[in-house]
Amino acid sequence: METRTTFHKRLREIQDDVLAMGSIVSKATLRSIDALKNRDLELAQQVVADDNKVNRKRFEIEEKCIEIIATQQPMASDLRIILAVLNIVSEVERIGDYAEGIAKIAIMIGDEPPLKPLIDIPRMAEKTVDMLRRSLDAFVNRDAEAAKKISTEDDMVDQLYDQVFRELLTFMAEDPKTITRATRLIWVAHNLERAADRVTNICERVVFVVTGKMEEIGASKY
Amino acid sequence: MNIKLNMPDISTRPADKCVTKLKAEGVNLYYGSFQALRNITLDIPSCSITAIIGPSGCGKSSLLRLFNRMNDLIHGARLEGNVELDGTPIYSPKIDVAELRKRVGMVFQKPNPFPMSVFENVAYGPKRHGIKSRGELEEIVEKSLRHAALWDEVKDKLGQSGLALSGGQQQRLCIARVLAVEPEVILMDEPCSALDPVATLKIEDLMRSLSEDYTIIIVTHNMQQAARVSDTAAFMMMEPDRAGVLVEYGPTAQLFTNPKDKRTEDYITGRFG
Repeated sequence: METRTTFHKRLREIQDDVLAMGSIVSKATLRSIDALKNRDLELAQQVVADDNKVNRKRFEIEEKCIEIIATQQPMASDLRIILAVLNIVSEVERIGDYAEGIAKIAIMIGDEPPLKPLIDIPRMAEKTVDMLRRSLDAFVNRDAEAAKKISTEDDMVDQLYDQVFRELLTFMAEDPKTITRATRLIWVAHNLERAADRVTNICERVVFVVTGKMEEIGASKY
Repeated sequence: MNIKLNMPDISTRPADKCVTKLKAEGVNLYYGSFQALRNITLDIPSCSITAIIGPSGCGKSSLLRLFNRMNDLIHGARLEGNVELDGTPIYSPKIDVAELRKRVGMVFQKPNPFPMSVFENVAYGPKRHGIKSRGELEEIVEKSLRHAALWDEVKDKLGQSGLALSGGQQQRLCIARVLAVEPEVILMDEPCSALDPVATLKIEDLMRSLSEDYTIIIVTHNMQQAARVSDTAAFMMMEPDRAGVLVEYGPTAQLFTNPKDKRTEDYITGRFG
Protein backbone atom coordinates (compact mmCIF):
# COMPACT_ATOMS: atom_id res chain seq x y z
CA MET A 1 0.00 0.00 0.00
CA GLU A 2 1.40 3.36 -1.04
CA THR A 3 1.53 5.53 2.09
CA ARG A 4 3.06 8.75 0.77
CA THR A 5 0.85 9.40 -2.21
CA THR A 6 1.14 13.19 -2.15
CA PHE A 7 4.90 13.09 -1.84
CA HIS A 8 5.30 10.55 -4.64
CA LYS A 9 2.91 12.52 -6.84
CA ARG A 10 5.10 15.60 -6.36
CA LEU A 11 8.19 13.56 -7.11
CA ARG A 12 6.60 12.40 -10.39
CA GLU A 13 5.69 15.99 -11.24
CA ILE A 14 9.32 17.04 -10.78
CA GLN A 15 10.39 14.28 -13.15
CA ASP A 16 7.79 15.40 -15.68
CA ASP A 17 9.27 18.89 -15.41
CA VAL A 18 12.70 17.46 -16.23
CA LEU A 19 11.27 15.77 -19.32
CA ALA A 20 9.59 19.02 -20.35
CA MET A 21 12.85 20.92 -19.89
CA GLY A 22 14.67 18.28 -21.94
CA SER A 23 12.12 18.68 -24.70
CA ILE A 24 12.58 22.50 -24.79
CA VAL A 25 16.36 22.07 -25.00
CA SER A 26 16.10 19.36 -27.69
CA LYS A 27 13.98 21.70 -29.80
CA ALA A 28 16.35 24.61 -29.18
CA THR A 29 19.31 22.52 -30.36
CA LEU A 30 17.58 21.44 -33.58
CA ARG A 31 16.27 24.96 -34.24
CA SER A 32 19.73 26.47 -33.78
CA ILE A 33 21.03 24.13 -36.48
CA ASP A 34 18.05 24.95 -38.74
CA ALA A 35 18.78 28.65 -38.24
CA LEU A 36 22.40 28.04 -39.21
CA LYS A 37 21.53 25.88 -42.22
CA ASN A 38 18.85 28.18 -43.56
CA ARG A 39 20.51 31.47 -42.59
CA ASP A 40 17.36 32.19 -40.62
CA LEU A 41 18.40 35.04 -38.33
CA GLU A 42 14.94 35.49 -36.88
CA LEU A 43 14.86 31.87 -35.76
CA ALA A 44 18.38 32.21 -34.32
CA GLN A 45 17.30 35.24 -32.32
CA GLN A 46 14.29 33.33 -31.08
CA VAL A 47 16.53 30.49 -29.85
CA VAL A 48 18.71 33.00 -27.98
CA ALA A 49 15.66 34.65 -26.42
CA ASP A 50 14.12 31.30 -25.46
CA ASP A 51 17.18 30.26 -23.47
CA ASN A 52 15.80 32.34 -20.60
CA LYS A 53 12.86 29.97 -20.41
CA VAL A 54 15.28 27.06 -19.98
CA ASN A 55 17.17 28.84 -17.21
CA ARG A 56 13.93 29.70 -15.43
CA LYS A 57 12.72 26.13 -15.72
CA ARG A 58 15.95 24.91 -14.18
CA PHE A 59 15.62 27.23 -11.16
CA GLU A 60 11.98 26.28 -10.80
CA ILE A 61 12.86 22.55 -10.68
CA GLU A 62 15.72 23.19 -8.26
CA GLU A 63 13.40 25.09 -5.95
CA LYS A 64 10.90 22.24 -6.00
CA CYS A 65 13.72 19.79 -5.14
CA ILE A 66 14.92 21.95 -2.24
CA GLU A 67 11.40 22.27 -0.93
CA ILE A 68 10.75 18.55 -1.13
CA ILE A 69 14.05 17.78 0.66
CA ALA A 70 13.28 20.29 3.40
CA THR A 71 9.70 19.27 3.94
CA GLN A 72 9.51 15.57 3.08
CA GLN A 73 12.90 14.14 4.16
CA PRO A 74 13.15 11.77 1.19
CA MET A 75 15.17 8.62 1.65
CA ALA A 76 16.81 5.84 -0.35
CA SER A 77 15.79 5.81 -4.04
CA ASP A 78 13.55 8.87 -3.54
CA LEU A 79 16.56 10.79 -2.24
CA ARG A 80 18.73 9.56 -5.10
CA ILE A 81 16.07 10.62 -7.64
CA ILE A 82 16.03 14.16 -6.23
CA LEU A 83 19.82 14.40 -6.10
CA ALA A 84 19.95 13.12 -9.67
CA VAL A 85 17.37 15.69 -10.78
CA LEU A 86 19.49 18.48 -9.32
CA ASN A 87 22.44 17.28 -11.39
CA ILE A 88 20.47 16.48 -14.51
CA VAL A 89 18.78 19.90 -14.74
CA SER A 90 22.18 21.54 -14.51
CA GLU A 91 23.44 19.37 -17.40
CA VAL A 92 20.31 20.02 -19.47
CA GLU A 93 20.60 23.73 -18.82
CA ARG A 94 24.20 23.66 -20.11
CA ILE A 95 23.05 21.81 -23.24
CA GLY A 96 20.55 24.66 -23.67
CA ASP A 97 23.46 27.10 -23.42
CA TYR A 98 25.27 25.25 -26.22
CA ALA A 99 22.15 25.60 -28.39
CA GLU A 100 22.07 29.31 -27.57
CA GLY A 101 25.78 29.48 -28.44
CA ILE A 102 25.13 27.88 -31.84
CA ALA A 103 22.29 30.36 -32.47
CA LYS A 104 24.65 33.24 -31.64
CA ILE A 105 27.22 31.84 -34.08
CA ALA A 106 24.44 31.66 -36.69
CA ILE A 107 23.74 35.36 -36.04
CA MET A 108 27.47 36.11 -36.30
CA ILE A 109 27.69 34.30 -39.64
CA GLY A 110 24.65 36.28 -40.81
CA ASP A 111 24.03 35.96 -44.51
CA GLU A 112 27.58 35.11 -45.49
CA PRO A 113 27.58 32.52 -48.27
CA PRO A 114 27.87 28.97 -46.90
CA LEU A 115 31.28 27.38 -47.02
CA LYS A 116 29.75 24.04 -47.90
CA PRO A 117 26.40 22.31 -47.50
CA LEU A 118 26.04 21.26 -43.86
CA ILE A 119 25.77 17.48 -43.52
CA ASP A 120 27.76 16.17 -40.58
CA ILE A 121 26.92 19.04 -38.23
CA PRO A 122 23.14 18.40 -38.50
CA ARG A 123 23.89 14.70 -38.00
CA MET A 124 25.79 15.53 -34.84
CA ALA A 125 22.84 17.60 -33.63
CA GLU A 126 20.32 14.86 -34.39
CA LYS A 127 22.43 12.24 -32.66
CA THR A 128 22.96 14.45 -29.60
CA VAL A 129 19.27 15.26 -29.32
CA ASP A 130 18.37 11.60 -29.75
CA MET A 131 20.82 10.69 -26.96
CA LEU A 132 19.40 13.43 -24.73
CA ARG A 133 15.80 12.29 -25.20
CA ARG A 134 16.65 8.65 -24.59
CA SER A 135 18.80 9.45 -21.53
CA LEU A 136 15.86 11.25 -19.94
CA ASP A 137 13.57 8.36 -20.83
CA ALA A 138 16.11 6.03 -19.19
CA PHE A 139 15.95 8.27 -16.12
CA VAL A 140 12.20 8.11 -15.73
CA ASN A 141 12.19 4.39 -16.57
CA ARG A 142 15.09 3.71 -14.12
CA ASP A 143 16.92 1.90 -16.93
CA ALA A 144 20.63 1.76 -16.08
CA GLU A 145 21.44 -0.56 -18.99
CA ALA A 146 19.92 1.85 -21.51
CA ALA A 147 21.85 4.70 -19.89
CA LYS A 148 25.13 2.82 -20.21
CA LYS A 149 24.42 2.05 -23.86
CA ILE A 150 23.55 5.67 -24.65
CA SER A 151 26.78 6.92 -23.12
CA THR A 152 28.79 4.66 -25.45
CA GLU A 153 27.11 6.37 -28.39
CA ASP A 154 29.03 9.53 -27.53
CA ASP A 155 31.81 7.95 -29.61
CA MET A 156 29.69 8.48 -32.74
CA VAL A 157 29.38 12.18 -31.97
CA ASP A 158 33.13 12.35 -31.34
CA GLN A 159 33.78 10.64 -34.70
CA LEU A 160 31.53 13.10 -36.51
CA TYR A 161 33.33 15.94 -34.75
CA ASP A 162 36.69 14.56 -35.97
CA GLN A 163 35.28 14.32 -39.47
CA VAL A 164 33.96 17.91 -39.43
CA PHE A 165 37.24 19.17 -38.00
CA ARG A 166 39.36 17.37 -40.64
CA GLU A 167 37.15 18.56 -43.47
CA LEU A 168 37.16 22.19 -42.33
CA LEU A 169 40.91 22.04 -41.79
CA THR A 170 41.28 21.04 -45.44
CA PHE A 171 39.20 24.08 -46.49
CA MET A 172 41.34 26.38 -44.39
CA ALA A 173 44.57 24.88 -45.69
CA GLU A 174 43.44 25.23 -49.28
CA ASP A 175 42.08 28.75 -48.97
CA PRO A 176 42.96 30.93 -45.97
CA LYS A 177 40.01 33.23 -46.86
CA THR A 178 37.73 30.49 -45.48
CA ILE A 179 39.40 30.49 -42.06
CA THR A 180 36.83 32.72 -40.35
CA ARG A 181 33.82 30.83 -41.68
CA ALA A 182 35.40 27.42 -41.06
CA THR A 183 36.43 28.34 -37.50
CA ARG A 184 32.87 29.34 -36.71
CA LEU A 185 31.60 26.00 -37.92
CA ILE A 186 34.21 24.27 -35.75
CA TRP A 187 32.79 26.19 -32.80
CA VAL A 188 29.33 24.88 -33.68
CA ALA A 189 30.61 21.29 -33.89
CA HIS A 190 32.49 21.78 -30.65
CA ASN A 191 29.29 22.92 -28.91
CA LEU A 192 27.51 19.79 -30.11
CA GLU A 193 30.37 17.58 -29.01
CA ARG A 194 30.21 19.13 -25.55
CA ALA A 195 26.42 18.73 -25.44
CA ALA A 196 26.78 14.99 -26.10
CA ASP A 197 29.34 14.77 -23.28
CA ARG A 198 26.75 16.35 -20.97
CA VAL A 199 24.34 13.59 -21.98
CA THR A 200 26.86 11.00 -20.76
CA ASN A 201 26.87 12.82 -17.40
CA ILE A 202 23.08 12.47 -17.31
CA CYS A 203 23.52 8.75 -18.01
CA GLU A 204 25.87 8.47 -15.02
CA ARG A 205 23.13 9.96 -12.83
CA VAL A 206 20.64 7.42 -14.17
CA VAL A 207 23.02 4.63 -13.13
CA PHE A 208 23.32 6.31 -9.70
CA VAL A 209 19.56 6.40 -9.26
CA VAL A 210 19.23 2.72 -10.12
CA THR A 211 22.29 1.27 -8.38
CA GLY A 212 23.25 3.90 -5.80
CA LYS A 213 26.78 3.85 -7.21
CA MET A 214 28.60 6.88 -8.57
CA GLU A 215 30.63 5.65 -11.49
CA GLU A 216 32.10 7.18 -14.60
CA ILE A 217 30.78 5.53 -17.70
CA GLY A 218 31.89 5.94 -21.31
CA ALA A 219 34.83 8.32 -20.85
CA SER A 220 34.75 10.77 -23.77
CA LYS A 221 37.62 11.16 -26.21
CA TYR A 222 37.43 14.92 -25.68
CA MET B 1 15.94 -17.70 6.80
CA ASN B 2 19.15 -17.33 8.73
CA ILE B 3 20.53 -13.82 8.38
CA LYS B 4 24.22 -13.95 9.09
CA LEU B 5 25.61 -10.47 9.26
CA ASN B 6 28.98 -9.17 10.16
CA MET B 7 29.33 -6.12 12.31
CA PRO B 8 28.89 -3.09 10.09
CA ASP B 9 31.97 -1.08 9.37
CA ILE B 10 31.79 2.29 11.11
CA SER B 11 34.60 4.18 9.55
CA THR B 12 34.10 7.27 11.75
CA ARG B 13 35.07 5.34 14.86
CA PRO B 14 38.60 4.43 15.95
CA ALA B 15 39.19 0.79 15.03
CA ASP B 16 40.09 -0.26 18.59
CA LYS B 17 36.72 1.03 19.84
CA CYS B 18 34.75 -1.03 17.35
CA VAL B 19 34.53 -4.38 19.04
CA THR B 20 31.42 -6.49 19.36
CA LYS B 21 29.71 -5.43 22.56
CA LEU B 22 26.49 -7.38 22.23
CA LYS B 23 25.68 -10.34 20.11
CA ALA B 24 22.47 -12.16 19.28
CA GLU B 25 22.79 -15.47 17.49
CA GLY B 26 19.86 -17.44 16.06
CA VAL B 27 17.50 -15.95 18.61
CA ASN B 28 13.86 -17.03 18.67
CA LEU B 29 11.66 -15.39 21.27
CA TYR B 30 8.21 -16.66 22.21
CA TYR B 31 5.48 -15.19 24.38
CA GLY B 32 3.56 -18.36 25.15
CA SER B 33 2.72 -19.91 21.77
CA PHE B 34 3.25 -16.64 19.91
CA GLN B 35 6.65 -16.25 18.27
CA ALA B 36 7.75 -12.61 18.63
CA LEU B 37 11.25 -12.89 17.10
CA ARG B 38 12.56 -15.33 14.53
CA ASN B 39 16.17 -16.27 13.99
CA ILE B 40 17.72 -12.94 14.88
CA THR B 41 21.48 -12.74 14.40
CA LEU B 42 23.36 -9.48 14.79
CA ASP B 43 26.47 -8.01 16.38
CA ILE B 44 26.18 -4.62 18.09
CA PRO B 45 29.42 -2.61 17.94
CA SER B 46 30.69 -0.90 21.08
CA CYS B 47 30.70 2.87 21.61
CA SER B 48 28.25 3.56 18.83
CA ILE B 49 24.55 4.08 18.34
CA THR B 50 22.51 1.33 16.76
CA ALA B 51 18.96 2.17 15.73
CA ILE B 52 16.23 -0.42 15.31
CA ILE B 53 13.43 0.63 12.99
CA GLY B 54 10.40 -1.07 11.55
CA PRO B 55 6.60 -1.01 11.52
CA SER B 56 4.58 -1.33 14.71
CA GLY B 57 4.50 -4.81 16.16
CA CYS B 58 7.57 -6.06 14.29
CA GLY B 59 9.46 -6.93 17.47
CA LYS B 60 11.78 -3.90 17.85
CA SER B 61 11.16 -3.52 21.57
CA SER B 62 11.30 -7.27 22.11
CA LEU B 63 14.72 -7.30 20.43
CA LEU B 64 15.87 -4.36 22.57
CA ARG B 65 14.70 -6.01 25.76
CA LEU B 66 16.65 -9.17 24.95
CA PHE B 67 19.83 -7.38 25.90
CA ASN B 68 19.00 -6.74 29.55
CA ARG B 69 16.58 -9.65 29.97
CA MET B 70 13.60 -7.38 30.44
CA ASN B 71 11.54 -9.95 28.52
CA ASP B 72 12.02 -12.27 31.52
CA LEU B 73 9.47 -10.12 33.30
CA ILE B 74 6.80 -11.02 30.76
CA HIS B 75 4.84 -14.12 31.70
CA GLY B 76 5.39 -17.00 29.31
CA ALA B 77 8.44 -15.46 27.61
CA ARG B 78 10.82 -18.12 26.31
CA LEU B 79 14.07 -17.73 24.42
CA GLU B 80 16.05 -19.96 22.08
CA GLY B 81 19.50 -19.06 20.78
CA ASN B 82 22.33 -17.14 22.29
CA VAL B 83 22.72 -13.54 23.49
CA GLU B 84 26.12 -12.33 24.65
CA LEU B 85 27.54 -9.28 26.36
CA ASP B 86 31.30 -8.99 25.87
CA GLY B 87 31.37 -12.62 24.83
CA THR B 88 29.52 -13.91 27.92
CA PRO B 89 26.13 -15.59 27.40
CA ILE B 90 23.66 -13.49 29.37
CA TYR B 91 20.92 -16.11 29.50
CA SER B 92 23.17 -18.54 31.34
CA PRO B 93 21.79 -19.55 34.77
CA LYS B 94 25.01 -18.24 36.35
CA ILE B 95 24.24 -14.67 35.35
CA ASP B 96 23.16 -12.23 38.07
CA VAL B 97 20.32 -10.40 36.32
CA ALA B 98 20.47 -7.36 38.64
CA GLU B 99 24.18 -7.00 37.83
CA LEU B 100 23.39 -7.41 34.10
CA ARG B 101 20.79 -4.61 34.27
CA LYS B 102 23.36 -2.40 35.99
CA ARG B 103 25.69 -2.91 33.04
CA VAL B 104 22.86 -2.60 30.51
CA GLY B 105 20.67 0.34 31.52
CA MET B 106 17.37 1.31 29.97
CA VAL B 107 15.50 4.51 29.17
CA PHE B 108 11.80 4.24 28.41
CA GLN B 109 9.36 5.99 26.13
CA LYS B 110 7.71 8.07 28.81
CA PRO B 111 9.99 9.86 31.25
CA ASN B 112 9.45 8.04 34.55
CA PRO B 113 11.25 9.90 37.34
CA PHE B 114 10.64 8.53 40.82
CA PRO B 115 8.39 10.71 43.00
CA MET B 116 11.37 12.07 44.88
CA SER B 117 13.89 14.88 44.53
CA VAL B 118 16.16 15.34 41.53
CA PHE B 119 19.11 14.39 43.73
CA GLU B 120 17.45 11.27 45.09
CA ASN B 121 16.38 10.17 41.63
CA VAL B 122 19.99 10.04 40.50
CA ALA B 123 21.39 8.77 43.80
CA TYR B 124 18.81 5.97 44.00
CA GLY B 125 20.75 3.43 41.92
CA PRO B 126 24.16 3.97 43.51
CA LYS B 127 22.52 3.77 46.95
CA ARG B 128 20.90 0.48 46.00
CA HIS B 129 24.31 -0.75 44.97
CA GLY B 130 25.71 0.05 48.41
CA ILE B 131 27.16 3.55 48.19
CA LYS B 132 26.37 5.40 51.41
CA SER B 133 28.87 8.27 51.65
CA ARG B 134 27.10 11.60 51.05
CA GLY B 135 30.25 13.05 49.44
CA GLU B 136 30.53 10.16 47.03
CA LEU B 137 26.84 10.33 46.17
CA GLU B 138 27.07 14.09 45.55
CA GLU B 139 29.97 13.47 43.23
CA ILE B 140 28.07 10.77 41.32
CA VAL B 141 24.93 12.93 41.07
CA GLU B 142 26.82 15.93 39.71
CA LYS B 143 28.83 13.83 37.26
CA SER B 144 25.74 11.99 36.00
CA LEU B 145 23.70 15.17 35.64
CA ARG B 146 26.57 16.87 33.81
CA HIS B 147 26.92 13.85 31.55
CA ALA B 148 23.21 13.96 30.83
CA ALA B 149 23.51 17.68 29.94
CA LEU B 150 21.10 18.60 32.74
CA TRP B 151 23.39 19.91 35.51
CA ASP B 152 23.26 23.59 34.54
CA GLU B 153 19.47 23.52 34.48
CA VAL B 154 18.93 21.77 37.83
CA LYS B 155 21.99 22.49 39.98
CA ASP B 156 20.02 25.03 42.05
CA LYS B 157 16.99 22.80 42.48
CA LEU B 158 18.41 19.41 43.36
CA GLY B 159 15.98 19.20 46.27
CA GLN B 160 12.95 19.81 44.05
CA SER B 161 10.77 16.94 42.92
CA GLY B 162 11.91 15.28 39.71
CA LEU B 163 8.29 15.37 38.58
CA ALA B 164 8.38 19.19 38.56
CA LEU B 165 10.81 19.25 35.64
CA SER B 166 9.73 19.65 32.00
CA GLY B 167 9.25 16.51 29.89
CA GLY B 168 12.62 16.88 28.18
CA GLN B 169 14.35 17.52 31.50
CA GLN B 170 12.62 14.52 33.05
CA GLN B 171 13.89 12.30 30.25
CA ARG B 172 17.43 13.62 30.75
CA LEU B 173 17.00 13.00 34.48
CA CYS B 174 16.11 9.40 33.66
CA ILE B 175 19.24 9.20 31.51
CA ALA B 176 21.29 10.64 34.40
CA ARG B 177 19.72 8.01 36.67
CA VAL B 178 20.90 5.30 34.28
CA LEU B 179 24.38 6.85 34.02
CA ALA B 180 24.74 7.01 37.80
CA VAL B 181 25.20 3.25 38.03
CA GLU B 182 27.92 3.40 35.37
CA PRO B 183 26.42 1.16 32.72
CA GLU B 184 28.25 0.07 29.60
CA VAL B 185 25.19 -0.15 27.39
CA ILE B 186 22.11 2.08 27.31
CA LEU B 187 18.94 0.75 25.74
CA MET B 188 16.47 3.43 24.68
CA ASP B 189 12.91 2.52 23.78
CA GLU B 190 11.36 5.42 21.88
CA PRO B 191 13.05 7.90 24.24
CA CYS B 192 11.76 10.99 22.44
CA SER B 193 8.25 10.04 21.43
CA ALA B 194 6.73 11.96 24.35
CA LEU B 195 8.93 15.04 23.84
CA ASP B 196 8.61 18.21 21.78
CA PRO B 197 10.99 18.74 18.82
CA VAL B 198 13.49 20.93 20.72
CA ALA B 199 13.69 18.52 23.66
CA THR B 200 14.03 15.71 21.11
CA LEU B 201 17.01 17.39 19.46
CA LYS B 202 18.61 17.90 22.88
CA ILE B 203 18.28 14.21 23.69
CA GLU B 204 19.66 13.30 20.26
CA ASP B 205 22.63 15.60 20.83
CA LEU B 206 23.13 14.01 24.23
CA MET B 207 23.02 10.56 22.68
CA ARG B 208 25.76 11.53 20.24
CA SER B 209 28.01 12.71 23.04
CA LEU B 210 27.22 9.65 25.21
CA SER B 211 28.10 7.35 22.33
CA GLU B 212 31.74 8.28 22.87
CA ASP B 213 31.69 6.21 26.06
CA TYR B 214 28.61 4.02 25.92
CA THR B 215 27.07 1.56 23.53
CA ILE B 216 23.58 2.80 22.75
CA ILE B 217 20.72 0.94 21.12
CA ILE B 218 17.63 2.94 20.29
CA VAL B 219 14.24 1.78 19.10
CA THR B 220 12.46 4.52 17.22
CA HIS B 221 9.46 4.96 14.99
CA ASN B 222 10.99 8.14 13.70
CA MET B 223 13.12 7.23 10.70
CA GLN B 224 14.61 10.69 10.47
CA GLN B 225 15.72 10.34 14.06
CA ALA B 226 17.34 6.97 13.32
CA ALA B 227 19.06 8.54 10.32
CA ARG B 228 20.24 11.54 12.35
CA VAL B 229 21.64 9.83 15.39
CA SER B 230 22.72 6.30 14.61
CA ASP B 231 25.91 4.79 13.23
CA THR B 232 24.28 1.50 12.33
CA ALA B 233 20.66 0.70 11.68
CA ALA B 234 18.61 -2.46 11.71
CA PHE B 235 15.33 -2.79 9.84
CA MET B 236 12.84 -5.34 11.11
CA MET B 237 9.46 -6.44 9.89
CA MET B 238 6.79 -8.99 10.57
CA GLU B 239 6.39 -12.26 8.76
CA PRO B 240 2.85 -13.45 7.92
CA ASP B 241 2.60 -15.21 11.33
CA ARG B 242 3.55 -11.85 12.95
CA ALA B 243 6.99 -13.04 14.06
CA GLY B 244 9.62 -10.28 13.85
CA VAL B 245 12.59 -10.84 11.55
CA LEU B 246 15.69 -8.81 10.87
CA VAL B 247 15.55 -7.76 7.22
CA GLU B 248 18.61 -5.60 6.91
CA TYR B 249 21.39 -4.39 9.17
CA GLY B 250 24.18 -2.09 8.12
CA PRO B 251 25.79 1.35 8.29
CA THR B 252 23.08 3.99 8.69
CA ALA B 253 24.24 6.06 5.73
CA GLN B 254 23.93 3.07 3.46
CA LEU B 255 20.61 1.86 4.84
CA PHE B 256 19.00 5.25 4.25
CA THR B 257 20.55 6.08 0.88
CA ASN B 258 20.88 2.72 -0.81
CA PRO B 259 19.30 -0.13 1.13
CA LYS B 260 20.13 -3.59 -0.13
CA ASP B 261 16.76 -5.17 0.50
CA LYS B 262 13.69 -4.08 -1.44
CA ARG B 263 11.53 -4.41 1.69
CA THR B 264 13.74 -1.85 3.48
CA GLU B 265 13.53 0.44 0.47
CA ASP B 266 9.75 0.14 0.34
CA TYR B 267 9.41 0.85 4.06
CA ILE B 268 11.71 3.85 4.32
CA THR B 269 10.33 5.45 1.18
CA GLY B 270 6.79 4.97 2.47
CA ARG B 271 5.71 2.55 -0.24
CA PHE B 272 4.30 0.28 2.42
CA GLY B 273 3.75 0.40 6.15
